[in-house]
Amino acid sequence: MKRKDILDLDDFTPEEISEVLETADAMKEILSRPIKKVPALRGKTVVNLFYEASTRTRISFELAAKNLSADVVNVATSASSVVKGESLVDTIKTLQALGADIIVIRHPQSGAPYLVAQHLEGSVINAGDGWHAHPTQALLDLYTIRENLGTIAGLSIVIVGDILHSRVARSNIWGMTKMGAELTLCGPETLLPVLDRTGSTNAFPEVRVEHNLDKAIEGADVIMALRLQKERQRGGLLPSLREYIQLYQLTKERVARAKPGALVMHPGPMNEGIEIAPEVAHGSQSVIEEQVTNGVAVRMALLHLLSGDGGDKA
Amino acid sequence: MQEKTIMSEEDVRRALIRIAHEIIERNQGVQDVVLIGMRTRGVPLARRLATNLGEFEGAEVPVGELDITLYRDDLELRRPHPVVRSTNIPVNLNDKRIVLVDDVLYTGRSVRAAIDEVIDFGRPRLVQLAVLIDRGHRELPIRPDYIGKNVPTSRDEEVRVRLKETDGEDRVVIIRPAG
Repeated sequence: MKRKDILDLDDFTPEEISEVLETADAMKEILSRPIKKVPALRGKTVVNLFYEASTRTRISFELAAKNLSADVVNVATSASSVVKGESLVDTIKTLQALGADIIVIRHPQSGAPYLVAQHLEGSVINAGDGWHAHPTQALLDLYTIRENLGTIAGLSIVIVGDILHSRVARSNIWGMTKMGAELTLCGPETLLPVLDRTGSTNAFPEVRVEHNLDKAIEGADVIMALRLQKERQRGGLLPSLREYIQLYQLTKERVARAKPGALVMHPGPMNEGIEIAPEVAHGSQSVIEEQVTNGVAVRMALLHLLSGDGGDKA
Repeated sequence: MQEKTIMSEEDVRRALIRIAHEIIERNQGVQDVVLIGMRTRGVPLARRLATNLGEFEGAEVPVGELDITLYRDDLELRRPHPVVRSTNIPVNLNDKRIVLVDDVLYTGRSVRAAIDEVIDFGRPRLVQLAVLIDRGHRELPIRPDYIGKNVPTSRDEEVRVRLKETDGEDRVVIIRPAG
C-alpha cells in the first residue's frame, strides 16, 4: 500500500481496500494461535493519542500493535500537557522527537488528523475525528461483511439511525459504495445529512435515502444500526425518544423483513432498547461481537501495511 | 541473460522420491512427521513429498503451509512489504517431527524465520529441513537435512524453481547475467 497515512476511505481505491481485507485474513489467523504475537513491528513505536474517551477502539489498536511486537505508548490527554494548553501541533512534535513511528489519533474536532499528518514524518491513523470519519471501523465492518457473506459487491446494505452525526456511517458510505454495495440510509429527516448532488468531485456517493425503516429493510443483506446519542432529543432533533424507538428501533419483526440470514451490525457502544432491541443485538443474526474481534485483525493489517510504506514519506 | 536448465521434470520427480525415502529412513517411518511447506513453492513440494510418503508407508502425513513474511529480518528494507498470506498449521506441533520444505536454500534467513514461526505454534521434538536446491552462500549456521541437488552458484546468478502448481511446468533453471 503506497500511502503514509490513513485519514478516511474517500481517497482509497477498491484495490487498496481489498489489500487491507486480504492482509487482515492473515492477521486473523495469528489471533487464533497459541502465541498471538509476530515480530513484524519490532523496534517501532506506536502512540495512541486519544482526546476522546474510548474503550474498544483504543484497546483494539493497543492489542493490534502489541501483537505485531511494536512498543505502545498510550497518551491520556487528561494527564498530559494538553491540559496546560499545549497545542495539538506541539504535542505531535514532542511525540515525534520522542520517536513515535505511527500515531493513532482520536479527536473531537473533524480534520484534526489531517493537521497532524502535515506535521508528522511518521504515519497517522485516524481513530475517529468529530463527525467526519472513522476509517478503521468502516474497514472492520467491510471485513466482517465479506467474511460472513463472501462478497460486498452487489449486497443491499441499510444503515439506520443518526447518520448526520456518525463518523462511522460517513466512512462506511465511502467504503461500501466503493466496494460495489447498494446502500440505503434510513433515519428521520433531521438526522440525515444534506446530500451533495452537484456532481462535483467531492460529491457524496450514490445512495438511496428512505425514511421508512420497514421499507428500507425489505430484502436487505446487511442492516447496521447506529447509536442514538440521547442529547439529540434535547437538541430538538427528535420529537421524543419514544417516537424514535417506535419508528427506527431494529426489532425482531423488522429484521424478519430482510433476507433470511441477513447480518445485524452495530459499531458500539449500543443503547439496547433504543436503536436496537436486546434480542436482536444478541440474536443469531448479530455479528456485533465478531466486529470487535475483527477490529484487532484489521488494525494489525493497517499497522503492518503502513510500516511497509516509505515511498511517500517526507 | 543466459538461462540454463539444471533439473528437468524427471529430475525433480526423482529428487522428491529420494528425499521421501531419506525422510522415512532418518525418522524410522513417518510416525509423528509433519511436513510444513514454506510459501510459495515449498507448499506444493511438501504436498508432493506427502503423496510419496503416503505411497511408500501407507500413512497420511499432515501438511502445513507457512508464510514467513511477518518473521523476516529484512521487512524494514523491503518497501512496500511483500503480501502476507495465511499460515495454516493443521495439527498441534508439540512433540512432532517437523520437516520444513522449501524450494531454494540460499542465505538461510528464510529458514531462520520459519523456525521462529514454527516454534510459536508449540514445541516440536525436532525440526529438519528439506530443500530442492541448495545454492550455498549461507549467512547463518543452517544446514539442510535433505537436498534435491547441490548447485554451486555465484551471488549474481539466480536459481528459479518452476513447478506445475505455480508455474505450469516442472523445471529448475539457473539464470546468469550476460557477459
